[in-house]
Amino acid sequence: MPSFPADSPSMEASLILEDVTKRFRSGGRIVHALDAFSARVRRGTVTGLIGPDGSGKTTLMRLIVGLLLPDHGRLTALGIDVIRNPLAVQESVGYMPQRFGLYEDLTVRENLDLYADLQGVLPEQRSARYSELMHMTGLARFTGRLAGDLSGGMKQKLGLACTLVRSPDLLLLDEPTVGVDPVSRRELWSIVYRLVEQEGMTVLLSTAYLDEAERCQEVILIHQGKPVGQGKPGDFSARLTGRTFHVTSPVVNKRTLQESLARAPGVIDAVIQGDGVRLVTAPGASPDPAVLLPGRSDIRVAPVFPRFEDSFVTLLKKDSENPSPVFGKPDRRPAAPTEEDVIVVQHVKRRFGSFYAVKDISFTVRRGEVFGLLGANGAGKSTTFRMLCGLLPASEGMLRVAGKDLRRAAAMARARIGYMAQRFSLYAGLSVLENLRFFSSVYGLRGGNQRKRLEWAMNEFQLGSMADVISGNLPLGYKQRLALAAALMHEPEILFLDEPTSGVDPLARREFWNRINALSVQGVTILVTTHFMEEAEYCDRLVIMADGEILSQGTPADMKERFRSAERPEPSLEDAFIGLMETRQPRELVS
Amino acid sequence: MKTMKHPDSTRRSAGMRLHGMIRKETLQILRDPSSIAIAFVLPLVLLLIFGYGVSLDAEHVPIALVVEHPSAQTSSLTSAFYHSPYFDPTGYPHIRQAEEALREKKVDGIVWLRDNFGGETLSAGRSPVGVFVNGVDANNARIIQGYMEGVWAKWLEQFSAAQGMSVEMPVTLEQRIWFNPGLRSRDYLVPGLIAVIMTLIGALLTAMVVAREWERGTMEALMVTPVSVREILLGKIIPYFILGMGGMLLSVAMAVWLFQVPLRGSLWVLLGTSALFLLVALGMGLLISTLAKNQFMAGQVAIITTFLPAFILSGFIFDIGSMPAAIQWITRLIGARYFVAILQTVFLAGHVWPVILANSLALLIMGVIFLALVKRRTQKRLE
Repeated sequence: MPSFPADSPSMEASLILEDVTKRFRSGGRIVHALDAFSARVRRGTVTGLIGPDGSGKTTLMRLIVGLLLPDHGRLTALGIDVIRNPLAVQESVGYMPQRFGLYEDLTVRENLDLYADLQGVLPEQRSARYSELMHMTGLARFTGRLAGDLSGGMKQKLGLACTLVRSPDLLLLDEPTVGVDPVSRRELWSIVYRLVEQEGMTVLLSTAYLDEAERCQEVILIHQGKPVGQGKPGDFSARLTGRTFHVTSPVVNKRTLQESLARAPGVIDAVIQGDGVRLVTAPGASPDPAVLLPGRSDIRVAPVFPRFEDSFVTLLKKDSENPSPVFGKPDRRPAAPTEEDVIVVQHVKRRFGSFYAVKDISFTVRRGEVFGLLGANGAGKSTTFRMLCGLLPASEGMLRVAGKDLRRAAAMARARIGYMAQRFSLYAGLSVLENLRFFSSVYGLRGGNQRKRLEWAMNEFQLGSMADVISGNLPLGYKQRLALAAALMHEPEILFLDEPTSGVDPLARREFWNRINALSVQGVTILVTTHFMEEAEYCDRLVIMADGEILSQGTPADMKERFRSAERPEPSLEDAFIGLMETRQPRELVS
Repeated sequence: MKTMKHPDSTRRSAGMRLHGMIRKETLQILRDPSSIAIAFVLPLVLLLIFGYGVSLDAEHVPIALVVEHPSAQTSSLTSAFYHSPYFDPTGYPHIRQAEEALREKKVDGIVWLRDNFGGETLSAGRSPVGVFVNGVDANNARIIQGYMEGVWAKWLEQFSAAQGMSVEMPVTLEQRIWFNPGLRSRDYLVPGLIAVIMTLIGALLTAMVVAREWERGTMEALMVTPVSVREILLGKIIPYFILGMGGMLLSVAMAVWLFQVPLRGSLWVLLGTSALFLLVALGMGLLISTLAKNQFMAGQVAIITTFLPAFILSGFIFDIGSMPAAIQWITRLIGARYFVAILQTVFLAGHVWPVILANSLALLIMGVIFLALVKRRTQKRLE
């Protein structure tokens, strides 16, 4: 593999995007999916296209393979003009769409055969290529199995294998790692690097996980259809050297600490991480505790290595003028911290036919705690969640929510729960105000009481300017706010959040968690499911789930601590997750 | 690797792609019971329901007989009604009770022999028989009325012969019914039904399976391979053509052996015209799939634009000739109309070439237009 000097003029770009603009019409509004987007992908590199949901990643991928036509601009893939000659591009580029493009009622082998036929791989070349791919993906034992019966991680690898039956010069992967477990994610990355080394492929991979940026050789940051930056991930982080810290306090609650630090002078970003707060300061700002929080001498400030997310947030905040929004005055007095268990789960099992989606899990959640269920798709999180909401009876075991046994008083328990579903479950055809009115009347709010709550929601979530907008046309961040407002209309004491910030941009995620923190301080108990490692950092305690079992429970800091080693002095939650999966024996390949 | 990227023969790789598409589709058909069900179970069920359940013939119609003044003549007339296979008469002493029974839908008609019923009035040519028919179902009413008149006329004829009297009969009708001498409605319903079933198999199946590919995201993956639009379309048409012809053969077999519908034309003409019609239906289905990208919508559109019009406007049950002119014109756009005409001809009349050829030509034109539209509208793009 010849290496290319970084800025040599003779350097060949596998992909050149110049001024690419794409607009869509959506409900009377024109959405700029891509706005004068220019970028280059160097040959033989792994380049990450990194941005939140709705930032234009998938549109860009589809434009590159000629599935969409741009309104403006030029795209050149492998020296071919995509707009003039889409077929030629499709013959030499490999593309794995977000949903892998597998036929679930065909076996692994039949899927491979189909794509080999379509890609013109001659029969005599196949067996060698197949065995190479099967070896690479670890699917050799499963060639006779239907693709629909594979686990999420295996499907993703099969999708990749199908894209690779004919070794393409340029490989495009659209969010290949979303929703798969961290072990499969790590395996995918090692496959990608092997391809680059052995076959000289160029890879463009899109992702909403900011922590994956560090695995790329180069990254293109995309936000609201515009490129925010391009370069080596290390370069982005390097700019923040000396500006990132971890702040802890033995006396102050980490949520209170985060709230005060976010407002401190010279602070660009403050997020909860483990048992403290991660801080990014403005250039030249002093990290001296006396400056950050005058009058507090008990806090400890330790420098940490900058992460990619720190630099992305710094970049985004430079653009947006308004400081990070802070949740307003509490509408309820902070509750006295209690040791009362609000949610009790004891030896709960849930069976579907002969398949156990949840196998004997137990945990308890105290009042005012933020508790996380972390796991990949298919780990049993959603089933657990549905049982706790009283939507699904447990096959065995005991579930108590707010003092009510769900087997006997599910409806009574439900009245005290607020629920925010994964895709927000709003009525897309109703306006913001109509949605709120509907959800509040469902929970029995009438008359003056209802008016008061509506007013509260409009002010607290800054929805006033959007009151009459049809919610289907709202930007993602506003949808999320509205969904949270709807779940809080009846002032529930327990809030269930199903993948609340999956895919939203890091600024919106911070805003969301600020609100959640404020609620938790007021004594609302919060239960969150997520497959997002970063999100799990915000929890007080969490359980890690896989294949319907709880692998570990504790605080995020405890979990990471267990996997601290000489080679990993600062383990992430993902390292802990992978470590747990590996110590399970034997690792089941199929869920 | 280089040899893999540039296969020496482009024709070979085109053949490979088409082969791959057809094999994939075939495997899906074999593993997914729903397409087999549409192709084989649906015709079976529809034919059984229509073959046995729906009959346009009136038999054992309950009627009321009111005889005010019994005599030898009235009893010979009433016995004619009792012996008719079409009627199931019940005697009522008074017209008021009979009217009550009609209102309560216990009977569908009343035959009322007044007290002056007798030889004199008969020979005078005045009608002393009152006939009432429940006209809610107009079609049925007309049939019952016709049958009643038939019984009456027959009795009158016998009566006059026996009496040596000449009853005034201005015209003597001599009827001969061609092609379906038994006037069995099943014989023309079943061939028409086959056309409706074929419409459903052809359009619903292809519209749904293409929508399924959109829904599951596999279409996007297909489109970025070197496969051409033509190959994608042929990959859908060929397997479902074969499946559709299987359903057709099943329907014909049931028509001939189970329902005893005569097949007067040859099987080959039947299969040839069916193939032509199936192409029209498949083209229609593919055209729907270019618009409807989820299965629910595709199913709805297919039923509303193909199945319902085929049912109502093809002449399968409702006679096109008696529709208003504007509707008649619309029926020309319904492919099933031509196929119903062909099937009814081939089954009941045999090779009436002017009918078969003219309708086949119409099907050919429709098929070419649909497939050309499909080819033009299907692009390797997502918008």
